[in-house]
Amino acid sequence: MNSQQIDQQTLLKDEKDPLTHTPVHLLSLENVGKHYGNVIALRDVTMAVDNGRVTCVLGDNGAGKSTLIKIIAGLHQHDEGSFRIMGEDRKLGSPREALDAGIAAVYQDLAVVSLMPIWRNFFLGSELTTGAGPFRRLDVQKMKDITLKELAEMGIDLRDVEQPIGQLSGGERQCVAIARAVYFGAKVLILDEPTAALGVKQSGVVLRYILQARDRGLGVIFITHNPHHAFPVGDRFLLLKRGKSIGYYEKKDITLEELTAQMAGGAELAELAHELEQLGGHAEALNEVKAEVAGVADAAPESNTKRH
Amino acid sequence: MANAVLTAPSDERVSTRNTFQKLLVRPEIGALVGAVVLFIFFSAIAPVFLQPSSLATVLYGSSTIGIMAVGVALLMIGGEFDLSTGVAVITSALSASMFSWYFSMNIWVGVLFALVVSLGIGFINGWILVKTKLPSFIVTLATFLMLAGLNLGLTRLIGGAVATPSISDIDGFDAARAIFASSVKIGGVDVNVTVFIWIALVIVASWVLLRTRVGNWIFAVGGDANAARAVGVPVTKTKIGLFMAVGFCGWILGMHNLFAFNTVQSGEGVGNEFLYIIAAVIGGCLLTGGYGSAVGGAIGAFIFGMANKGIVYAQWNPDWFKFFLGLMLLLATIVNLIVKRRAESK
Repeated sequence: MNSQQIDQQTLLKDEKDPLTHTPVHLLSLENVGKHYGNVIALRDVTMAVDNGRVTCVLGDNGAGKSTLIKIIAGLHQHDEGSFRIMGEDRKLGSPREALDAGIAAVYQDLAVVSLMPIWRNFFLGSELTTGAGPFRRLDVQKMKDITLKELAEMGIDLRDVEQPIGQLSGGERQCVAIARAVYFGAKVLILDEPTAALGVKQSGVVLRYILQARDRGLGVIFITHNPHHAFPVGDRFLLLKRGKSIGYYEKKDITLEELTAQMAGGAELAELAHELEQLGGHAEALNEVKAEVAGVADAAPESNTKRH
Repeated sequence: MANAVLTAPSDERVSTRNTFQKLLVRPEIGALVGAVVLFIFFSAIAPVFLQPSSLATVLYGSSTIGIMAVGVALLMIGGEFDLSTGVAVITSALSASMFSWYFSMNIWVGVLFALVVSLGIGFINGWILVKTKLPSFIVTLATFLMLAGLNLGLTRLIGGAVATPSISDIDGFDAARAIFASSVKIGGVDVNVTVFIWIALVIVASWVLLRTRVGNWIFAVGGDANAARAVGVPVTKTKIGLFMAVGFCGWILGMHNLFAFNTVQSGEGVGNEFLYIIAAVIGGCLLTGGYGSAVGGAIGAFIFGMANKGIVYAQWNPDWFKFFLGLMLLLATIVNLIVKRRAESK
């Protein structure tokens, strides 16, 4: 499957190219690469984002996920390939430029300023004002009302928008950031490991908000290293490893087991089993890893054929 | 999915946090308690402290710290601090004085020149900081040393002495003195104009902090500069602007010093930067940024003024003043720390 085919295959839900009336992607990357000096951080990445769809980017630490989202969010610029927004070749110079293009990123660690009240966080950088000249001031009541309403619509139960956002749980903070992006007209939402630091229940909450954002017609890019979180909500899956794409699948073409197997990497597991065997004395752990290797071996040949 | 309970104007769960608890999480609460305690203390041991003329003196002393503390407090909320403020005040006064004297111009030209110099120092501090990403401690320590040297060196080079010549006979002196260093009679007591400038600055700064976009940005760049940048806050401009605001406050105080004493000693100002920082910290501004208030800085300055003059009124040896200041700083910051922890967690 090459990138050209992908381009034609996936239809947009309701937007079309105004000139040709052929479907274009909300966002598409083709053979995108990035290097820092002589270090290649990313190469040959091809993916697409459409509205009402969730594109998952999976990979282990150092796989290039961060570099990829930084390019899309305007923090870095790519060196190779093309990055298109609504079919138009773009290079984003700053997060502000990305926001203006409708791309909003929600970062795991820097989503919000924890000492500031929720409503100030919600409108940070895009504050509503009233009055003119030197008396232009924040429209505090309106912002508080909107914050409460928008969060209620996302299903976040808040008692007081005046409390510092640091008092909220990690999942709730993520959700405030998501609701904020949705309110400010984001078309593409980038979620950087939103479930990484969360417990099982909180992760479930965040996954539900991802689906809610999708149902509102947003294109979602969901970055994670957990295939169990990605699979239930994702429509497309991009797998990264050592800065390179090792697979790009439609949901219909892959199962959770195959996804997990691809992520785990059969070769590394086999090596681990070998090392444990040499050390000796870790019978239980060894059996577990061996079972895992067997599982990977079962799934791998099938998924390998779908690589591109 | 709209929840009826949430959209109702009042939520029954909010009432669990009463007025007292709300007051307790204000950044300046530690300083306010300290100020009240100190006020009662000095009133009790030195009855002269309560006389209107003494209060006016205390307020004047507070205002000379407080004017700078406003700018420094904003800067600290924005996550930076400035060690060059003490000597920058003198630089500003020297600039106005020597520019007018040397070029034989109306003093107002010198005053405007000093404003440009002060804003310029702030700009350079901020610009170097955002360009090099060095800690503000290093950057402003460097400007502190350079300005201290320039003050002495240039004053001797231009005027041939360690102090500037008196400017009292230069055109425009009286008008400038009326604005920067006169006093107003209120109820039979002379209150220095700096007290009113100080109060006006605190009001403007509070309004900017709490009710304008820029205020929101100041809290954000101090609380988490990366998060602020990611949502489109102009972090660089905000930080440079804050340093320039400190420069502006320094200009006002520099002009006051110049017109109150007619001459400027080029070696003065060293060490004062800590007083401004102390006032802001006592007032509840976190050294790490993102938290604090302009009113807090003002209360911090008032504590400073009370301790400074109160010791004199109590007829103690002024040697004790520094100890007092240190103790206040320690107590106030401990209270602030506890308050902040309460504010951050449930």
